[in-house]
Amino acid sequence: MVDRETVVKLVRSVKNQALEERDMLINALHQIQNYFGNYIPVEAAQLVAEELNVPESKVYEVLTFYTMFSTKPRGKYVIRVCVNLPCHVTGGRQIVETLKETLGIDFDQTTKDGLFTLEKTSCLGLCGVAPVIMVNDEYYGDLTPKKVKELIERLKAGGDAK
Amino acid sequence: MKPILVLVSVDSNSVLLGAKQFVNYLKEAIEKYNLKDTVDVLETGSMGVYTQGVVMAVFPDDVYYSVRSIEDVEKIVSEHLLKGRPVLSLEIPRERLKLIVEREKVTEEVRIVLRNVGVIDPRSIDQYIARDGYFALHKALFEMTPEQVIQTIKESGLRGRGGAGFPTGLKWEFTAKAKADQKYVVCNADEGEPGTFKDRLIMEGDPHSVIEAMVICGYAVGANKGYIYIRGEYYGSVENVQKAIKDAYEYGFLGKNILGSNFSFDLTVRLGAGAYVCGEETALLESIEGKSGRPRLKPPYPPTHGLFGKPTVINNVETFANVPQIILNGANWFKQFGTKGSPGTKVFSLVGNVVRRGIVEVPMGVTVRELIYKFGGGLAGGKQLYMVQTGGTAGTFIGIDKLDVPIDYDSFRDHGVSIGSGVILAMDEDVCPVDVALNTMEFFEHESCGKCTPCREGTRLAVEILRRMSKGQGKKEDLDTLRQIAIVTQEASLCGLGQSINVPLLSIVDNFREDFLAHIGATSCPRGVCRFEKPKVKTKV
Repeated sequence: MVDRETVVKLVRSVKNQALEERDMLINALHQIQNYFGNYIPVEAAQLVAEELNVPESKVYEVLTFYTMFSTKPRGKYVIRVCVNLPCHVTGGRQIVETLKETLGIDFDQTTKDGLFTLEKTSCLGLCGVAPVIMVNDEYYGDLTPKKVKELIERLKAGGDAK
Repeated sequence: MKPILVLVSVDSNSVLLGAKQFVNYLKEAIEKYNLKDTVDVLETGSMGVYTQGVVMAVFPDDVYYSVRSIEDVEKIVSEHLLKGRPVLSLEIPRERLKLIVEREKVTEEVRIVLRNVGVIDPRSIDQYIARDGYFALHKALFEMTPEQVIQTIKESGLRGRGGAGFPTGLKWEFTAKAKADQKYVVCNADEGEPGTFKDRLIMEGDPHSVIEAMVICGYAVGANKGYIYIRGEYYGSVENVQKAIKDAYEYGFLGKNILGSNFSFDLTVRLGAGAYVCGEETALLESIEGKSGRPRLKPPYPPTHGLFGKPTVINNVETFANVPQIILNGANWFKQFGTKGSPGTKVFSLVGNVVRRGIVEVPMGVTVRELIYKFGGGLAGGKQLYMVQTGGTAGTFIGIDKLDVPIDYDSFRDHGVSIGSGVILAMDEDVCPVDVALNTMEFFEHESCGKCTPCREGTRLAVEILRRMSKGQGKKEDLDTLRQIAIVTQEASLCGLGQSINVPLLSIVDNFREDFLAHIGATSCPRGVCRFEKPKVKTKV
């Protein structure tokens, strides 16, 4: 359910920080996505378009261009794994394989129970502790297949990510 | 001031190693042992090494610890802080410290950009000021004309640290000369070149240095609005920069009539949302304008037609972080470091299979060998070095024959070793160049925005060929095709992304030709990395 008032309020609060009229769209989308968890419902995107006075088609284009945004609900935990070279050569390849095997899904898929979505990401700038993954907005580094399996178990058990 | 001060690194890398929990426990333990009035805890930025644990330093004893668990913290509190007995088992040996901490005069390391990182509390504007912070802004506003500021930056020879190495002073001059009712200063903090994390550590460790530089730049070019465009995933940076901006407004370093002068400047943060191509300056500007981050056709360039079509200076975080020190100490002071064509220092990210991964700031002209063996501590696990990628994913792949090339902005032209964003990615004997090339081209295929055909199709074709090779189905002519793709994509692409793929692709195909050839017609990967598959042949069972 998209509550019109809440969304409008969110967008307006962001609008207040504008230096120029047109510079707030992406920050507004970030706010909306945070509010809804990890995706932006179409209705909310339409309200953003209305409030910021930009065409809906443009909001949709921006939404789908950037990998951090999603128009569909994702799992409770969005796992993003770095697939770039600094992680790849320090054991990242095994981390990707372990994640796919343990979760039983491929990239851009969500587990049947709705708990996990697996995505790949480009370098997260934490190469000092590669290989690295992100679960929602938490980072995990110096990973091994064993640590990854333990982490998934903890999350499944409803435990805190850390 | 309490008699004992404990410094703890809480940059993102350290946080992943448990820094936050350690700090919390440290504070609890200090409480528990009733040391509240004697011990101060200061959370600071990166001190320069990671793999051993979180760095904790105790002053005035000048002892540095590598902490890996709560138990370690307990030991330090109960033994060192309470009884005055340093915990030898956790101490970082002196000789190693020399390489990572700036306190003692070290042979090679020079800290201009990182002078405050790991020294001050990045969330305290007072501590920044105590280290001469905002002195350069005062000097620029009251002792220099805008022309003199630009002249100083020009004379210093500072070149863009984002990778392209364009002279910063010239950029400023073009913008200053452009006539317009509105101009902008933009900081490119969309750090995304794989392996690079210097900007993150600068923003997390010393955000005010960037803010101060942007105000100085605004004064020099006649702009009074600024944007810092930070990667959406860099939560720690966003937090510290936003806090710093807020404090700078409160202290009168931002806003109307800065320090009582006639100059006003507003600064704000905008977030990226996961697109490597937004690191390209015109794509970044598009993104601030609330559009998809697709690069613009150049020319015109941002100094005349930038943000919202107005003259705009756009510089990298590290470039800006150099500015206050240059203004304070002068162009000649800056030129004493580095090489003739590339004065100053560079912050390198040492990553991959080295013992000590982290960042180090050294004068330009350092060699790859020094970076890997002296600062990086050599290869982890006693392995042999096989190849190095310098400059990031858009940089060069070199073999061990080029380790002694001094790197600066001209070393690519002269020796085929690029400096790029300062990544030194060391790879040991367990890697395979074909697999590495495939990973690299998959990156470009994924990050290509799709606007222009050569880049979109070139990267896709390269991936297709390399994927086939890595399955053991390579053909002799593949190498020539790859070279051709690299050259065409470079020549015909619209922006820096497509134009740079020839650098990694040609360097890996040429420098590791033997490895590529050895994959063709073989029955298994000669380096034991790629998984060969039999070509699909229709067979009747």
